[in-house]
Amino acid sequence: MSASLTLVIVMAVLYAAGVYVMLERSLTRVLIGFLLVGNATNLLIFIMSGRPGNAPIVTGTAADAAMVDPVPQVLMLTAIVINFGITALILALIYRSWWLARLGDEGDTVTDEHAAETVASTEESFRSVTEDEAASQEDLDASERESELGAPANAPDKGMKL
Amino acid sequence: MNLLVPLVVTIPLLGSALTLALGRRRPQQIVVSVIALTLVAFIGAVLLVQVDQTGPAVVHVGGWDAPWGIVLVVDRLSAIMLLVSALMLLGVLLFAVGQGIVDGDRETPVSIFHPTYLVLAAGLFNAFIAGDLFNLYVGFEMLLSASYVLLTLGGTGARIRVGVTYIVVSLVSSILFLSAIALIYGATGTVTMALISERVADLPPDVQLILNLLLLLAFCVKAAVFPLSFWLPDSYPTAPAPVTAVFAGLLTKVGIYAIIRTQTLLFPESPLSVPLMVVALLTLIVGILGALAQADIKRLLSFTLVSHIGYMIFGIAMGTPLAIAATIFYVVHHITVQTTLFLCAGLIERVGGTTSLARLGGLLTAAPFVAFLFFVGALNLGGIPPFSGFLGKIALFQAGADIAEPVTYILMGAGAATSLLTLYALARVWNIAFWRGAGEVEDYESPMLDALLDDPDDEGTVTTRTISPLMTGATTALLLLTVSLTVFAGPVFAFTTRAAANIENPATYIDAVFPNGTP
Repeated sequence: MSASLTLVIVMAVLYAAGVYVMLERSLTRVLIGFLLVGNATNLLIFIMSGRPGNAPIVTGTAADAAMVDPVPQVLMLTAIVINFGITALILALIYRSWWLARLGDEGDTVTDEHAAETVASTEESFRSVTEDEAASQEDLDASERESELGAPANAPDKGMKL
Repeated sequence: MNLLVPLVVTIPLLGSALTLALGRRRPQQIVVSVIALTLVAFIGAVLLVQVDQTGPAVVHVGGWDAPWGIVLVVDRLSAIMLLVSALMLLGVLLFAVGQGIVDGDRETPVSIFHPTYLVLAAGLFNAFIAGDLFNLYVGFEMLLSASYVLLTLGGTGARIRVGVTYIVVSLVSSILFLSAIALIYGATGTVTMALISERVADLPPDVQLILNLLLLLAFCVKAAVFPLSFWLPDSYPTAPAPVTAVFAGLLTKVGIYAIIRTQTLLFPESPLSVPLMVVALLTLIVGILGALAQADIKRLLSFTLVSHIGYMIFGIAMGTPLAIAATIFYVVHHITVQTTLFLCAGLIERVGGTTSLARLGGLLTAAPFVAFLFFVGALNLGGIPPFSGFLGKIALFQAGADIAEPVTYILMGAGAATSLLTLYALARVWNIAFWRGAGEVEDYESPMLDALLDDPDDEGTVTTRTISPLMTGATTALLLLTVSLTVFAGPVFAFTTRAAANIENPATYIDAVFPNGTP
């Protein structure tokens, strides 16, 4: 079996870039990483269908041996559909986590349909969140300066502990 | 009769569509789901008897012969997994319905619960009857997508947080699985397992090893084998009690089922038996040590779940007929007992208002029947004679003693120690949550608790709620099923021995898929 070197290189680059981006903390980047890795896998399946440039599988157009193997294309199509569905789900999840992160518990009481009615309270929440973030950023900067000076570093992030 | 085979997937899927259409009518949704799962359980029982008497049932979907079309194969292993998982899904569904009735359905936006639950069931059954690797992948994706939704049900902050970990880990393992399928197709030119089984032997040993490792890696993440088990104790306990019970009982066991299939059918000559035993040892020990350090019942049970996966990997690694028979028996035992215990934890959460050991007490007087259910389930999981947990472990140890190599003796020792430590962890739950009086919770001096008071998930609020007879009834029914596994251990073990004989001889499987010889 011969395969296209270009496709192999593209696949390898997609895998590498995808894994790298997936290791980021941000959810959106994880999603982008998943898309890249998923497409790299699709390419891997596609490469298995043989030499590029072979005739498609239509009776009478070419000798049997010169036709491309259609099975990987079918598998790939299924995989693309599955990836598509899961991407939609992750996007919904990202939106939800963004909503919760911005509004905290209040996010549970504000539904999308009624967002306009409660826009004032929402804006208030955003403002307070922004202030909080500014304050915590100052804290962080301060502690960084401290640790640069040799003081003990911050306690580790408790959010992700087992 | 073979027409029954595709029905186990289509009935839940049709039910799912119907429940989705009935989104605003809860009673009809419940009726549809219960009927769908009852039908599948019934079909599972019929298939079990039929397959046991006349050999594997094979369906070529759409009339396309393998390897071009999709083949569905039910052998003894698939049949018993189908039956047990259908019964579990039904029991947990009744529990969830009971919980919904008591809560007046205000807790969670559950109009999507029934459709998703049925998709999960369809994916599970599809994985069990898949005759080709790609269909197995599709089954996995169906049940995983449904599990993503069930785990983040309601979309609270805590569930989204653990849901993200769970989803990303599952996605990575799915991609590994898909890459493995692509490489296997490239190497053998087929995805039908029966045909791969024949062709893989002609590949160079190093290529075989790479394919085998890739598949194992993907399945080990799903089965939560150490060190790929880190995600499980974090994500399972946060979900609603019935969802956790289904995940704990069934999702990891699909991974185990896939490992049994690939190791026996595709790579029977695998050189990975010793590495698998090492991994099994670590899973047993690390899992149970994790359980000892938990102050929350659901987390503790999640760690025992991880730990006991080690027994099954041990059995698969040995690979003798007795070991495989014992593994299948152990899988069946563990599905039932772990689901029951998680449902008990759900009951405890409602009676006691929390699952944190630091705040529970006096449950023996508050809910004697729940105490009884938990006690029997705990003894069973801990492997006290004469329960099925003990019988399964004895069969595994017997298989290990027959092989009589140092590594199997080490594994047997670790297995026995794990069994005792499981008992210790569960006895501690019993002592603290059930045995001590409700008045002793404040100022309670206990070296057991001192080390555990830093409970990360302790929310600090204790709100008790009533439990409905349906919830207790469903849990009792599942407990009776675990006890009947003990009472009828003889026939069940005879069946798993016949299933193992099938598995040890891949020719029966291949002949069933290709009655006119392989192409």
